[in-house]
Amino acid sequence: MTHPRATPTGDDTAASDPSAVRRPGLRAGRRAAWRGGARRGGVPAALLLPALAGLVFLVLPLIGLLVRAPWGSLPTALGGGTVWPALRLSLFTATAATAVSLVLGVPLAWLLARTDFPGRRLARTLVTVPLVMPPVVGGVALLLFFGRNGIVGRWLDSAFGITLPFTTAGVVVAEAFVAMPFLVLSVEGALRGADARYEEAAATLGASRFTAFRRVTLPLVAPGIAAGSVLAWARALGEFGATITFAGNFPGTTQTMPLAVYLALQDDPANAIALSLVLLVVSVLVLVGLRGRWTGGPA
Amino acid sequence: MTTLQKPVTADGLDAHLVVEHAPRAGAVCAAASHGAAPHAAASHATVVAPPFRLDVELSARPGQVLALLGPNGAGKSTALRALAGLTPLTGGRLTLDGRTLEQPDARLRVPPEQRPVGVVFQDYLLFPHLSALDNVAFGLRTRGLRKAAARAEAAEWLERVGLAEQAGARPRTLSGGQAQRVALARALAPHPRLLLLDEPMAALDARTRLDVRTQLRRHLAAFDAVAVLVTHDPLDAMVLADRLTVIEDGRAVQHGTPADIARHPRSDYIARLVGLNLYRGFAHGHEVRVTDEAGDDSAVLATADEHSGPVFAAFPPAAVTVHRTRPETSARNQWPVTVAGMELHGDQVRLDLLGPLRITADITPASVAELGLAEGSQVWAAVKAAQTRAYPA
Repeated sequence: MTHPRATPTGDDTAASDPSAVRRPGLRAGRRAAWRGGARRGGVPAALLLPALAGLVFLVLPLIGLLVRAPWGSLPTALGGGTVWPALRLSLFTATAATAVSLVLGVPLAWLLARTDFPGRRLARTLVTVPLVMPPVVGGVALLLFFGRNGIVGRWLDSAFGITLPFTTAGVVVAEAFVAMPFLVLSVEGALRGADARYEEAAATLGASRFTAFRRVTLPLVAPGIAAGSVLAWARALGEFGATITFAGNFPGTTQTMPLAVYLALQDDPANAIALSLVLLVVSVLVLVGLRGRWTGGPA
Repeated sequence: MTTLQKPVTADGLDAHLVVEHAPRAGAVCAAASHGAAPHAAASHATVVAPPFRLDVELSARPGQVLALLGPNGAGKSTALRALAGLTPLTGGRLTLDGRTLEQPDARLRVPPEQRPVGVVFQDYLLFPHLSALDNVAFGLRTRGLRKAAARAEAAEWLERVGLAEQAGARPRTLSGGQAQRVALARALAPHPRLLLLDEPMAALDARTRLDVRTQLRRHLAAFDAVAVLVTHDPLDAMVLADRLTVIEDGRAVQHGTPADIARHPRSDYIARLVGLNLYRGFAHGHEVRVTDEAGDDSAVLATADEHSGPVFAAFPPAAVTVHRTRPETSARNQWPVTVAGMELHGDQVRLDLLGPLRITADITPASVAELGLAEGSQVWAAVKAAQTRAYPA
């Protein structure tokens, strides 16, 4: 039905190009209608084939993991001494890193979204640097800053006796460093999407800027904060490079799941697969548990 | 409940508001409507807009309701935002109950949260995550009341606006009229000394509007401080306000009681709103020589009032009679005209008549049929001098 009409319209458009210049509105409308017909006609192979290849590329390795999993010896592998301490440490540090990101990241996002200070654009760019930087580089940077001989680390050590590198706290620091930008960007987007006039309404009702933030803005952007937290948590859970560089790989204190998987792969591949499966299951559970409820916010 | 600054000198509002800025893109700011072309007043500017200047003086005593009436983009809402402290003044001075709230040249500015001001926003801006009760309690809590006390007082306010049963409802479940009443209760609860209402009826449908207007009138009558109402609806202004300031192009063009302004409009905008034919001219005794926009004489109007010098002359559309041939009446004001437009206006037909003067006339549908009127018909229009008023310009 669309095809016989589409061809003459197309010819017409091409033939009467000068008039198309004179009456752009009409021509644009017709062209859109014509394209709409083509869109309904089917998906071009040039898009369909790469799309399917991409889907296969993303899904097949996971299926490979499930196929090659030593299901028979799985209970033994999971019962081994490495899985549970590593999983517990991973869950704890990822959650702690998310908490740190929330406490520091939400105010930072507010500052970026709601105020206009000199250098705001630069600050926004700097926030995204850890996002694009290789995590290993982040780990090195953290070592140079918080390390025993680092700029701040030296002072922390001498003044408070606090050492971060190669401790569980160090894991949290490394994960927060890598994960916080996700939360900041997500919350900033939510704040920009939220109507700032609610804050004005709060001000006319006697609310200071902080009260307005706490009682009005925060509840309004809660979905965005939740979505950002999930992103940050997932990023922290999978953190490898910065963690191993800054916090090392000590079972029980700094050996998180990704590190355990990598180590196990060297000498006990079956164990590595089992660990990977656990990590995969945890990720999928979180995704399923929060889907729709939290990720629906503007992000 | 709340401690308020006691009046020092003159109670009420005295403001000279000067705000200069380029209209914000996306805000409800229309292109400056030029006095000569009020037809374009409703066009909204989006990105490119000329710099805007608001310069108006407002004053009202406690118990008074002052309406700011004007076309879209005239600066009414900017004036309201300036009163609330949401838009800083660039000049002038704002005094409420003898206390100066803002004075740029003295570097004085009380932030919005410290002004004894309540605002009913155009789209209410009820906090969507709070119940109606907590919305009303919000302003009481920020002023230091404990949760239980604030809620108890908020409940009284909801009862006062007839919404006791909706206390637990979220704003999105409320009807437009209910939301408006919650917004009013929220603004009134902290006992403001200045209540600001931004187009309080704009978001309502015609049927609800009637109801809400009546209730709002009752609440405003009970309100003991100054209320300022922004509207482009003359009916709202006439019904709700004691005093009216007409704002056009950022300037106050007329100030007075609604009745005074309705009888003696000084701009096309107001004349059109109150349904009067308005002309500017030069009076000599009972005769007014009406000048057109180019300053040329276009007609002579006989009026009931006697003046000399520049005047406005006005008569209502209902005072116009329409005849097929030159009428043999005592009316001295009669002109051959062409029917340029016809539309139903209430139970009357409103005619747009072009001749020496542009005249709006209201006649009955029966007369339209009798005269066989259509667009383009050549007829005679007559107005009795007794129904034509003149007043100094």
